[in-house]
This record gives sequence, C-alpha cells and structure tokens, in this order.
Amino acid sequence: MPDSPITGPDQRGRYGAYGGRFVPETLVGPLEELEEAYREASADPGFRRELEGLLASYVGRPTPLTRARRLERLLGPGRVYLKREDLTHTGAHKINNAVGQALLARRMGKRRLIAETGAGQHGVATATVAALFGMECGIYMGTEDMRRQELNVFRMRLLGARVHPVDGGTRTLKDAINEAMRDWVTNVADTHYLLGSVLGAHPYPWIVRDFQSVIGREARAQVLAAEGRLPDLLIACVGGGSNAMGLFYDFLGDPGVRMVGVEAGGRGTALGEHAARFSGGRLGVLQGTYSYVLQDDNGQIAATHSVSAGLDYASVGPEHACLHDSGRVTYTSVTDELALEAFQLLARQEGIIPALESAHAVAELVRMAPGLGKDSLVVLNLSGRGDKDVAQVARILEDRSGEGGTDA
Amino acid sequence: MLEQGETGTRRIGKMFNRLRARGEKAFIPFIMAGDPDLETTVRIVPELERAGSHIVELGIPFSDPVADGPVIQRAGMRALRHAYALGDYLGAIADIRKVSDVPLMLFSYLNPVLQYGLERLAREARAAGADGALITDITPEEGAEYRDCMRRHDLDCIFLAAPTSGSERVRRIAECSTGFIYVVSRAGVTGARQELSGTVRPTVERVRAHTALPIAVGFGISAPEQVRSVWEIADGAVVGSALVAEMEKGGDAAGLPARVGAFCRWLAGTGA
Repeated sequence: MPDSPITGPDQRGRYGAYGGRFVPETLVGPLEELEEAYREASADPGFRRELEGLLASYVGRPTPLTRARRLERLLGPGRVYLKREDLTHTGAHKINNAVGQALLARRMGKRRLIAETGAGQHGVATATVAALFGMECGIYMGTEDMRRQELNVFRMRLLGARVHPVDGGTRTLKDAINEAMRDWVTNVADTHYLLGSVLGAHPYPWIVRDFQSVIGREARAQVLAAEGRLPDLLIACVGGGSNAMGLFYDFLGDPGVRMVGVEAGGRGTALGEHAARFSGGRLGVLQGTYSYVLQDDNGQIAATHSVSAGLDYASVGPEHACLHDSGRVTYTSVTDELALEAFQLLARQEGIIPALESAHAVAELVRMAPGLGKDSLVVLNLSGRGDKDVAQVARILEDRSGEGGTDA
Repeated sequence: MLEQGETGTRRIGKMFNRLRARGEKAFIPFIMAGDPDLETTVRIVPELERAGSHIVELGIPFSDPVADGPVIQRAGMRALRHAYALGDYLGAIADIRKVSDVPLMLFSYLNPVLQYGLERLAREARAAGADGALITDITPEEGAEYRDCMRRHDLDCIFLAAPTSGSERVRRIAECSTGFIYVVSRAGVTGARQELSGTVRPTVERVRAHTALPIAVGFGISAPEQVRSVWEIADGAVVGSALVAEMEKGGDAAGLPARVGAFCRWLAGTGA
C-alpha cells in the first residue's frame, strides 16, 4: 500500500517528526507483529475483497454525498455537500476501521477484542464487529463519558460487550485508553487492541488512516460525478482525527483543495477548558505517540473539556501534527456554544441531526461561509449522527431555559 | 558516607560486582518519590539502605502511567497532588546523597522528562547524585538521543526486557543497556501477584544469552519466597507495588520509614 507522498509514515512510524512507538517494552513485540500482519493483509487481494464486501453489505457503503441546499441558501456560500458517515451501520465512521481491524485480528488468530471509547461510537462499532465475528469484547469507558453517553453504554451491553467503567484521572477518553493499554499488555497473547483513532504507537495511526481513507476515496469520486471538479474546501472535526484523516487523505496531493480540521474549543482558552491542541498544546508524548499535547509545565497531561466526548482528548494524531506544521491543513477550533447552535441548525435546515463532534465542523462552515465565494464547492464530513447526543443536548437546553426563567 | 573516588562513577555496576564477589544477590525496592511527600522520601531511602537494599528505584510520577497497576498509580496521584517540579525530585536526591551512598535510579515516563529536557535532566540528575534511569516508554529504537545524554553524564540506561521480546530485540536491548537489565516477569502492569510467573526463567535465559550485564527481575514480586526464587535465576529482585501498598496502609508519618524498613527486612530476609 503506497504511503502518503506528503506525510508518511516512514520506517519508524514517523510523520515528519511526529508519531513513533513510545510504549513499554512488553508491547513492542506485539506492535511489530501487528505491523507485519497488516502489511501482509493489505497486500492480500483476498483480505481486501472481504473488507470491501463487508463495507458494502454490512456497513452500507458507499455512503451518500448529500447536497445541503437549504443550508446553502441560508449561509450563502457556493455549494455544500455532506459526506454521510452518519448513515453507516451503527451511525458513525468508526465502523469502517472496526470492521477492518476485526478482520485483521481474526487473521492473526486473536479471539478477543478490546477498545477504548469516548463518545461511545467506537465502543459500539467494536462491540458490533465482535458480535459479527463471534469474538469476546471488552470496552473501556470513562465514567464521565458513560454519564454523557448512557444510550451507547446500553447499546454496547446489548451487543454482548463488557463495558469497564474507568474512574481514574479525568474519567474520559485518555483514561479509557490507559486502561485499554493495561488490559492489552496483560492479555496480549489472545487479545487485539482495536484502537479507534489515528493515535497511539505505530502502526495504529497508519492502519486506522488506511481503513478510514475509504471516506475520501468515495467523496472524491462522488463530487467529481456530481460537479465535474474537485472541491475547494474540505471540513472535518478533529478529536484524535480519524474521520478527518479519512476524508483528507485522498486529496492531500491536490493543491487546489483547502482543508480545515476543527478542534474542540470548549468553554474557554485556559488550560483544562478546551481540547484545542494546536493552539494550547506543546510537543510531547502521550500514549505511544509524539505530537501536540495539552499539558502543564511539569509535563503532566492536562484535563480537557468539550461538550463532545469524542473530541475531548489531550493529544492529536501525529499525521495531523505533520499536516499542521507543513501548512497543508489549517486547524481551527469551535466552542461548545457554537457547536450546540450548529447541532440545532443542521437539524432544522436539513433534517439531519449531527453528532456533537460533527456539529463542530458544521459550526466552522457557518463561520467561514461569509468569506467563501459564490462558486466555492465544499465537502463537510458528517462523521456521525446525533441520536447519542439528544438526551445530553436536551438537558443542556433545559438548564438554559431554566436559567432564563422563561420556561420554569 | 561517600567514599572518595566513588562519587559519580557507576555505583550500580560496582554494587553488582561486590555482590557477585560475595555470591550474593541484589534486593531492589521501588518507592514513589513524593509519596506521601518528598521530606518523607528523603527519610525513607536511608532506612531502605539500612534494611539491606542494594539499589533503590525512585518513581517520578506521571499523570498517565500505562505500565503501572492501581497501587503505583495511586502512589503517583498522591505525589502529583504536591505539583512538584522535576527539579524538586532531583533536590530530594541531593538531600538523600548527604546521608546515603545507596545506588539510586529514576523510574519514570518520557513526557515529564522530555519537557524538562533530556540533556538538562541527565546533567542535573548526575549532579544531584543519581546513578541511572529507566524510562518505561523509551525503547532502544526510540532512545538514541536519551542514551547520548545519559552517557555524556555517566548515568546508566536501564531498559526493560519482556516475555514478548524476541531474541533479536533482546540482543538490541542488551546492546543499549548499562548497569543492569530489568526483566519484566510477565506480560502485564506492575502489581503484586501470588505466584511467580512461568515466563520469568525463559526470559532471563534469553537475556543471559546476549549479555554479561546483571539481570534484575521485577513486576509482581511481593513475598520473601518470590524474592528467593528470583535470586535463584537472576542477579536481583525488584519489589515495588507490595512495598508501596504497605506504605499506603497509613499510620503515623513519623514512624513510616521504620515500618518500611521492617517490611524490606522481611522481604529480603535480612532479619528484623
């Protein structure tokens, strides 16, 4: 499989200066094994056929590219297309990678899958493929995230997974990853760690990007078919960054295509109030990879905040760090407030309730719209659907109307 | 008391040489520096030495210690509450050096060290009187710059070898290590276990085939019989979580060093 001409990874799993493999020795052998297994699998036409078959018959690919006409009219830029990852089985792009890695795990003879989850979408995707392949499944989830995403916790259990509450640290995605790594290091002989984003030690950022790059491949063909030309602008939200890498990857070699990654601006610019790694982070190592990291002066990892559990993470995928430094992709951030507005806007304008994560991308489009020309062509990755967020948003909006005293 | 000519030059290797000459094995306790506070750490280390410890591992806490089980995670959290800077930990080492000559190695994770600066850490750790370090998430492949800094300041680089490390990796680990090699007894995180893992002997033998360096075994060792079993096949035994759990039991802070010392005597079989 050809590596990206722009970013990598190189032989050491680096994207420019970023990435690498910073893990306790016990995991190095298993990571080398995984790298080798993936190299073989991705060169095996049988593996690719099976993956493509499942993506079509089980995941529901290709996902549509939907023109957002009422949004266009309201915002007044040129044309806006939504890449509908929300329409996949389980409701988010996470399933693309979960199916791929589950096939890989089965090929490696593993009988158990484990995963971390923030918003719960990756946990649901992993529990789903574990059920599909008849594998045992353990999901690690911070207790704060379990509270925010009750529905997904129930879905995972329904699918037969054991959900392990993680009460350490900040009780969010970062702590769930720590626990998943500890499980993996202990049970590595029969267990595959199905990491859900373009994060972690090499080869994970590479494998996950490859499995997600189907998003951009489809979008490219679809937009060419619909418009006869490439888009001017791609927009995607960036937590770890897998949906964004998935959309961006096939367009990296097209200089006319601008790309914007949207981080979580949370509720303020102070450390601990957001997850905007590129504006508030410094270079460091977290959970196996060298990248931008939100941390204090002593190198202790900072707490983060976002209304969206899927973006609430202190570091960012190393390939994004490389794309940031090279200037190929611009990274911005959107506050909780604007994301919540965009969440409601897309529901009313297009009849699509986006995930709070994806609502960050919508909010960025709203902000950029006045500066976009009439002929501009935008593709926005609608990475997931918002059903999981409805209860949380209802609570937030109720609290607000309560504070206003109008509805009480 | 510091012997002239011994300061700054490989206390760890000399310790193993002395033990080897006497046909003895090393007892290596781990404590989390700053748990419950640095003043207590400074009082505990000399007590560990008096209790028969040959090398002391000092944990420098990190917020996200993926190689550690719950006991050492909690100790790290207690230390982190003080918000000590890395320089404070090095200051404690300098204080320990005023009263103890026991070989000291740091045990930490890369990110805090990276933020402090690898070169600065090595220089200041040497000046404070540390003898080496084990940075859990630096492997030989990723450790070139780190090793250069450590070598420049005459500090030992201890790397882990695991049951999952194949022969080729063990060879590389042996090449890059100085002082000793730390064999992880089993695939897993730190934490006390009832039984010594069956993977210890084959891993130690694989490492032995590639190096003349001393080999210490850690992860899961929590009882005198386990220490003895390790001594039969390796040159040293590391006890971490069991000791930290003993400290966690509480009691009066003033008596803590004595209690920790007594626990070490029990583990090392050096009498009460």
